[in-house]
Amino acid sequence: MRFSIDSEQLESGAVKRVEEMIQQSPSVCYQCGKCSAGCPVHYLMDIPPNVVIRLLQMGQTDRVLESRTIWVCASCNTCSTRCPKEFKIAECMDALRELALATGKDTPSEKDIKLFHREFLKSTRRFGKVHEASLAAFYKLKSRHFFADVGAGIKMFFKGKIRPIPHRVKGVREIRQMFEAAGYGQKVEQ
Amino acid sequence: MSRIGVFICHCGENIARTVDCARLAEESGKLPGVMVSVDYKYMCSDPGQNMIKRAIAEHKLDGVVVAACSPHMHEPTFRAAVVQSGMNPYLCEMANIREHCSWVHTDRELATEKAIDLVRVMVEKVKRNQELFPIRVPITKRALVIGGGIAGIQAALDIAAGGHEVILVERQPSVGGNMARLSETFPTLDCSQCILTPRMVEVARDPRITLYTYAEVEEVEGFVGNFKVKIRQKAKSVNADICNGCGDCWNKCPMKKIPSEFDAGLGYRTAIYVPFPQAVPNTPVIDREHCLKFLKDKCGVCAKVCTRGAIDYEMQDEIIEAEVGAIVVATGYDLYGIGKEQPNERWKGYGEYNYDTYKDVINGIQFERLLSASGPTQGEVRRPSDGKVPKSVAFIACVGSRDPEKGIEYCSKICCMYVAKHAMLYKHKVHDGQPYIFYMDIRAGGKNYEEFVRRAVEEDGVLYIRGRVSKIYKDGDQLVVVGADTLSDSQVQIRADLVVLATAMVPHKNAYEFAQKIGIACGSEGFYSEAHPKLRPVETMTAGIYLAGACQAPKDIPDAVAQASAAASKVQLLFSSDELEREPIVAKVNEVTCVHCRNCIRVCPYSAIDDKEIRDRHGNLIRMVAEVNEGMCMGCGTCVAACPSKSVQLAGFNDEQVFAEILALGHE
Ligand SMILES: Cc1cc2nc3c(=O)[nH]c(=O)nc-3n(C[C@H](O)[C@H](O)[C@H](O)COP(=O)(O)OP(=O)(O)OC[C@H]3O[C@@H](n4cnc5c(N)ncnc54)[C@H](O)[C@@H]3O)c2cc1C
Ligand code: SF4
Ligand code: SF4
Ligand code: SF4
Ligand code: SF4
Repeated sequence: MRFSIDSEQLESGAVKRVEEMIQQSPSVCYQCGKCSAGCPVHYLMDIPPNVVIRLLQMGQTDRVLESRTIWVCASCNTCSTRCPKEFKIAECMDALRELALATGKDTPSEKDIKLFHREFLKSTRRFGKVHEASLAAFYKLKSRHFFADVGAGIKMFFKGKIRPIPHRVKGVREIRQMFEAAGYGQKVEQ
Repeated sequence: MSRIGVFICHCGENIARTVDCARLAEESGKLPGVMVSVDYKYMCSDPGQNMIKRAIAEHKLDGVVVAACSPHMHEPTFRAAVVQSGMNPYLCEMANIREHCSWVHTDRELATEKAIDLVRVMVEKVKRNQELFPIRVPITKRALVIGGGIAGIQAALDIAAGGHEVILVERQPSVGGNMARLSETFPTLDCSQCILTPRMVEVARDPRITLYTYAEVEEVEGFVGNFKVKIRQKAKSVNADICNGCGDCWNKCPMKKIPSEFDAGLGYRTAIYVPFPQAVPNTPVIDREHCLKFLKDKCGVCAKVCTRGAIDYEMQDEIIEAEVGAIVVATGYDLYGIGKEQPNERWKGYGEYNYDTYKDVINGIQFERLLSASGPTQGEVRRPSDGKVPKSVAFIACVGSRDPEKGIEYCSKICCMYVAKHAMLYKHKVHDGQPYIFYMDIRAGGKNYEEFVRRAVEEDGVLYIRGRVSKIYKDGDQLVVVGADTLSDSQVQIRADLVVLATAMVPHKNAYEFAQKIGIACGSEGFYSEAHPKLRPVETMTAGIYLAGACQAPKDIPDAVAQASAAASKVQLLFSSDELEREPIVAKVNEVTCVHCRNCIRVCPYSAIDDKEIRDRHGNLIRMVAEVNEGMCMGCGTCVAACPSKSVQLAGFNDEQVFAEILALGHE
C-alpha cells in the first residue's frame, strides 16, 4: 500500500463523521493490537481491526470504507471490551458501515452481508424480533444461495430452534417506533 | 616459624564445580607452615568470616590465605575480617581460584592441581608479608567542576552549599550549556531560561565559587585529595572587572554577520559579543578570529565607544594553577551532524537526506531556538529559507541513533520526549499546522513522560508514523518526506514545509583526548565511563574524579541534575575528613644503596619520584638520592624494574616475596 498524507485528508469529513458518531477520536488508539488479537473473525478480514483504526488516524478513509473488514465484523464487542484505551472499536465499525452505505463507497463484493443485515432488520421491524425461517427464505431468494447452509438449517429445525410460524412480540409497535425515531423506518423496507 | 591458615571457598558451585575443594584443603594443610586448612561453601558470608576469625585466635595464626574469587571482589572483605581478630590486614592474601582457575578450566583433575599450586604460591608469599600501615595524606578541600551546563552548575552550587570552595571552569563565554538554548522543557513545559538563569546568577554570586568562563582545563596532575590543575583563561580582550555590560561595543561592532553558535547558526552575532542576553557573566569577549582589529589591524571601534576603557586588545591567555581535592567532570554533549564531513571515520552522515544542504532541514536545537522567545525569530516558528510559517512539519526521530550503519548503536534516550514536545509546541504556535513524527519506538520511561506523549497525540493532533524516513527531497519550495508506516503496512509520503531531525546525542569530538588529559576512561562511543554501571554510577575509575550530566551518557535535565547532586555529595563525603587513607602499596628507595642514576625519576608514569639532598649536620650537601612521594606513588612497580642498583622496593611486593612465589611454583 502506498499513499501520501496531507492535512486535508487528516481533517477529512469522513473521519470527522466517525468521530461524531462514536463520540471519540481514533487518536486515542495506541496500536497495541489487542483488538485484532481477540477478534473471532479476524481470519476473514482483509485488514485487521487495529489497522482499520490506524488508517483512520492517517486519514485513509477510502481504504477503510472499501474494506471487507467492516462487513465481516460480527459486532461481538470482544475488541471494545478488551481495549486498554477503551476505544469503541465495534461502534466504530458500525459507524463505518453506515458511512460506507451513505457514501456509496461500500464494497460490491460484500453485498450478501449487506443483504443479510437488511433482511435481519426487516424481520425485526415486522415481528419485533427475528423470525429465522422467513429471514432465511428471503435471504436465500434474494442472494440466490439456495443450498448454502441447508444442513445447519435442518439440524436447527429438529432442535426446535426454528419456528415455522412467526411469532409477533407484544411490544412490536414500540419497536417500530424505535425504527422510525432512528430514521430507518422506510429505509429498511426498501 | 610461620603459622598460616588457608580458607577455601566453594563460591557456591562456581569453584566447587571444577575444583575438588576438599582435596585442595587437604593438600594445603600439608604445606609447611600451614596450621589449619578448611573449605566452606561461602567464605565471604558471615559464618565464613567467623570461621577465619575464630581460627586466627585458636591457632594463633600470623598469616591468612583465602582461596576464592578475585581480590578485586573480596580482598577488602577478608582483610576487614582479619582486622577484627587483631591481625594486620596486609597479612591476609587471596589466591584467585575462580577467575584464574575454575571459570577458565573444565578438567577437574588438572584444575584442582592448579588450585593447589596457586595456594602454595600465596602461602609462600604470606610467610614473607610484613605488617603495613595505611598512608595518611591531607585533603585539599576545594573542588574543580569542569563544564558549566546545568549539571556543572548544580554540582558547584551543592558543593558550595556544603561549605567548600569550588572552581567552575566553562569554555564558552557564558555558563548555561545546552539548557540555556532550550525553549520549554518536557514534561511540564516550564520555560527553560526561567528555571535556569537564577541558578546561573547564583553560581556567579556565591562567594565560595570562583568562576572561569572562556577557559579550559589544560592539565591535571596528582591524585585524590591532592590534584594540581592548570587552567587556561583564554584572552577575553575585555577587562571583566571594569566592563559593566552596557553593550555599546557590541551594538557598534561592524562585524554583524557571524553565525551565532548559541542560536545554532540561525542567528548572527558580532565579533565582540555575549552569547545571549541573559549570559553569566554578562561581559563580552572578542572573538579574535572574526575581529577586524586582529585580522587587519583596523576598526578598533569597541575600544573607542567603551567609556570605561575595558577593551584590551593586548590581553594574553593566562595559565591559572590551582590545587583541588576532587574533580567533577560535567562537560555535556554535542549533537550528531548529518553532513558529509564527520569528526571520525565511524560516522557517516545522511546522503539520503541530502546531507546538511537543505536549509529547511534543521536539528532539534535549531528548532528550540525557533521556539524560544529569545531566539532569532522571537519565538515565532518561521523556517530558515524564506521566513514562511511552516504549515506542515515532519519531525524525524532516531537520526543517527540506533543506526549501526551510520556508526551509532545506542539510543539517545531523550529525543523521543523532545520530539513530542516539539510537535506539541509547534501546534500550540501554529494552530492550523500539522505535525508529523516519524519514529521507530516511543521511549517515554520517566515520571509523567508517557502521559505527555499521549497528550501530544490525543489533544494536539500529532500524527505519529511508525517507520524511518528513507529519503527527503525537494519539490518546489516543499520537502517530500518518504517514509513508511509499518502499522498499516504502507509506504507514506508527506509534503513538509520544514523538517526537524532528532539527531543523536554524542560526546564532544575531543572527548577522548580530554579523558586522557585528566586521566579518566571513556567507552567506545566516547562517553566517559563510570566506575560501575550500577553501583558506582557517578564515580570514575580514578579516585577523586566524578561524573555529572550528559558527558557520561545521554540524559535529560532531571537525570543530569540528579547525577550532579550525587557527584556533589560524593565530593562532600570525601571532604568530610581531614586526611585520606591510602593503600601503603608504594615504592621506597634505599638511600644507602641508591646511586642517583635518576632512572626511576624518568620512568615513573605518575611523576612520583623526586631528587632528595642528603646533608650533614652542618647543612653541607653530602650526596643526592631519589625519593618517592608516598602520596603520589600508585604502586605500579616500574621504578623497581628500572633501578640498576636494586635500591627500590615495592611494599607488599618486594623481591623476596615475588621470588618466593616463583620458586613455589616450580617446586616439583
Ligand atoms: C533539542 C533538545 C531538546 C531538549 N529538551 C529537553 C527538555 O525539554 N527537557 C529536558 O529535561 N532535557 C532536554 N534536553 C536535554 C538537555 O539539553 C540535557 O539534559 C542537559 O543540557 C544536559 O546538561 P549537561 O550540563 O550535562 O550538559 P551541557 O548542557 O552540554 O553542558 C555542558 C557544558 O560544559 C561545557 N564544556 C564542554 N567541554 C568543556 C571543557 N573541556 N572545558 C570546559 N567546559 C566544557 C560546555 O560548553 C557546556 O556549557 C534537550 C536536548 C536537546 C538536544
Ligand atoms: S485494542 Fe484499542 S488501543 Fe489496542 S489497537 Fe485495538 S483499538 Fe487500538
Ligand atoms: S575591534 Fe573587533 S570586536 Fe571591536 S568593534 Fe571592531 S571588529 Fe568588533
Ligand atoms: S530516545 Fe527515541 S528518538 Fe531518541 S534515539 Fe531513542 S528511540 Fe530514538
Ligand atoms: S612504583 Fe610506580 S608510581 Fe611508584 S614511584 Fe615507582 S614508578 Fe612511580
